Amino acid sequence: MTRPGMWDALCGVVRRDLLLAMRRRSDAAMPVFFLVIVASLFPLGVGPEPAVLRTIGPGVLWVAALLACLLSLGRVFTADYLDGVLEQMVLIAQPLPVLVVGKVFAHWVIAGVPVVLLSPLLGMQFGLDGEAVAVLALSLLLGTPTLSMIGTIGAALVLGVRGSGLLVALLVLPLYVPVLIFGAGAVASSLAGVGAEANLSLLGACLVLSLFFAPWATAAALRIALE
Amino acid sequence: MLQAVALSCMRGERRLFVDVNVTVEPGTLLTVVGENGSGKTSFLRILTSLLSPEAGAVLWQGQDIRQLKEQYYAQLTYIGHLNGVKDDLTPVENLMASAGLTGDHHSNPLVQDALESVGLKRMVHRLPTKVLSQGQRRRVALARLWLSTHPLWLLDEPFTSLDTASTALVTERLQSHLRGGGLAVVVTHQEVALPSDVIQRLRLNG
Repeated sequence: MTRPGMWDALCGVVRRDLLLAMRRRSDAAMPVFFLVIVASLFPLGVGPEPAVLRTIGPGVLWVAALLACLLSLGRVFTADYLDGVLEQMVLIAQPLPVLVVGKVFAHWVIAGVPVVLLSPLLGMQFGLDGEAVAVLALSLLLGTPTLSMIGTIGAALVLGVRGSGLLVALLVLPLYVPVLIFGAGAVASSLAGVGAEANLSLLGACLVLSLFFAPWATAAALRIALE
Repeated sequence: MLQAVALSCMRGERRLFVDVNVTVEPGTLLTVVGENGSGKTSFLRILTSLLSPEAGAVLWQGQDIRQLKEQYYAQLTYIGHLNGVKDDLTPVENLMASAGLTGDHHSNPLVQDALESVGLKRMVHRLPTKVLSQGQRRRVALARLWLSTHPLWLLDEPFTSLDTASTALVTERLQSHLRGGGLAVVVTHQEVALPSDVIQRLRLNG
């Protein structure tokens, strides 16, 4: 079911959010910096033993990517809520879940895509071989949109609440755990020579499931937040 | 035609208003007045369906707006006490973005005309909105009225921080909207300088 204008509205949301991110580049780049810093500090802290780094690498990179995503969640709706743009978004003639998909997509482009693109480089820092690096990038490509999808539910739920940053973490971290396990598991199993297909399929399933449910849940949470 | 039927509103433990009945006919304006905290903004937000009433219903052309949802939003232009304007974008970008959401594609000249109609000179069209004054930002928000083709306007204190000249411009725009058969509900402390036969007044007592 597509209505006239639905696609326009979706593109409108994405375009505006990307434009805003361009105006505030330092804010938008913060999660990526965070990822790079964490991933670079670990080898310094743990020591340069290649075998150790290769073992912890997938887990460390996935945890860092997950926290980087969490770091940027606060900004998804807060500004729109404070300046009244969110009210306007709720009151247009398109279904709210469609606009939420636009917001999530923009968040993923700003916070998720750079992580995916940087991951091969960071993977090599941990001494991962070619195949493992490819699996790492692929698992992040499947996993980061899921993180954005689930995260926006939490971000919408705590809108207008004091100390919302900590609350978002508490709310969404349990839901992030399966994604983390499958993501890091994919790279680890590829390193162990078992093949990453099973874990990657599970990541794909998580993505489809969150694509299906998260926009509705987020839209409902936004309406409650505006009351 | 917009009808409020037996509307009651509670905020927390406080009862703001009970059993408000009012009908707004095409071509007329309803002004909502009352003391601070008497529930004027809540009343307007109930009319937009952002807020659910404790009891009663809002009808648009005889149908409950909670059932109409997007069909109702397609008839509606709402300007709240928040401007809905992004500080990092220029006035032109702001209007283009909000028009993009509603699916109206306005050309650049059309948007600039709207901004000029509300008294914003071309000089400020390309500045980020954050460097503008409070009144100028309000005017950016109100410029949406010049682009709106929707029959129902719901405005929350549209004249705050506007100078007399801009107030007159907005009042003029309201008048032409009403002449074209539009409806408007305006929450305001000021008198709206329009002929008394098109104005209906609702007083809320907190």
